[in-house]
Amino acid sequence: MEHERRRDTVLVKLEGELDHCSAQAVRRELDGLISDPQVKKLVLDLKNMSFMDSSGIGVILGRYRILAMRGGAVAVKNMNPHVQRIFTLSGMGQIIQIL
Amino acid sequence: MQIINQMKLDFLSIPENEAFARVAVSAFAVQLDPTLDVLADIKTAVSEAVTNAIVHGYADGPGTVSIRAALGEDGTLEIAVSDRGRGIADIAQAMQPFFTTQPEKERSGMGFSVMQTFMDAVDVDSTPGKGTTVTMHKRLRDR
Ligand SMILES: Nc1ncnc2c1ncn2[C@@H]1O[C@H](COP(=O)(O)OP(=O)(O)OP(=O)(O)O)[C@@H](O)[C@H]1O
Ligand SMILES: [Mg+2]
Repeated sequence: MEHERRRDTVLVKLEGELDHCSAQAVRRELDGLISDPQVKKLVLDLKNMSFMDSSGIGVILGRYRILAMRGGAVAVKNMNPHVQRIFTLSGMGQIIQIL
Repeated sequence: MQIINQMKLDFLSIPENEAFARVAVSAFAVQLDPTLDVLADIKTAVSEAVTNAIVHGYADGPGTVSIRAALGEDGTLEIAVSDRGRGIADIAQAMQPFFTTQPEKERSGMGFSVMQTFMDAVDVDSTPGKGTTVTMHKRLRDR
């Protein structure tokens, strides 16, 4: 997936569908990108993500837990209204910054 | 409900079929000319129910997931997703937001809440050791 590192921040563009089937691969790839302990912030650009269900919530919250342990955070941007509803429902809006 | 069309799908409980199932049901629902937003709601709810059948129902080994969908002359869609897996002992508890039996797999316990938010009605029928059927209703258009 397309990504970019700026100091302590990693920006990743998620593409396609984030469901249980794709979750494992996305999880592994994101964990690789934030494995450097210097990374404090993960920004997920959801512009080209065409589908997400509760498995996606698990992936995003899981990365949040990893970064929160080292004092970091996760932010998302370009959420479509559909994903926004899932976000609100799960209370993720409370802990994940929306850019 | 007077049924004007009906379909049934049986497929193996492998993750690759999650996308297949939600696209198939949405293609079926298109006949009633719903909005794109409504189709997205249906896809998401089907994905939740099918994923649950695969990861929870058939946690002990693969089986067949069945989907029956019916269109009513009143403009409603009924979708039933069934598995013959392990079943749910306490349905009310399972449907609580944030309740999950797989926290170690990064599940958040939001699947049923998502189904309830995106569909008009969600009913769960389950027997431990026998399996689970999740029946959902959605109004696609007014009469
Ligand atoms: N088809 C099923 N067979 C057996 N148990 C099920 C089934 N569907 C749901 N459950 C039980 O209900 C619980 C709640 O389901 P729900 O979809 O709300 O959350 P989840 O699947 O655990 O997490 P998420 O959907 O957020 O990834 C599950 O953890 C599981 O114990
Ligand atoms: Mg679920």
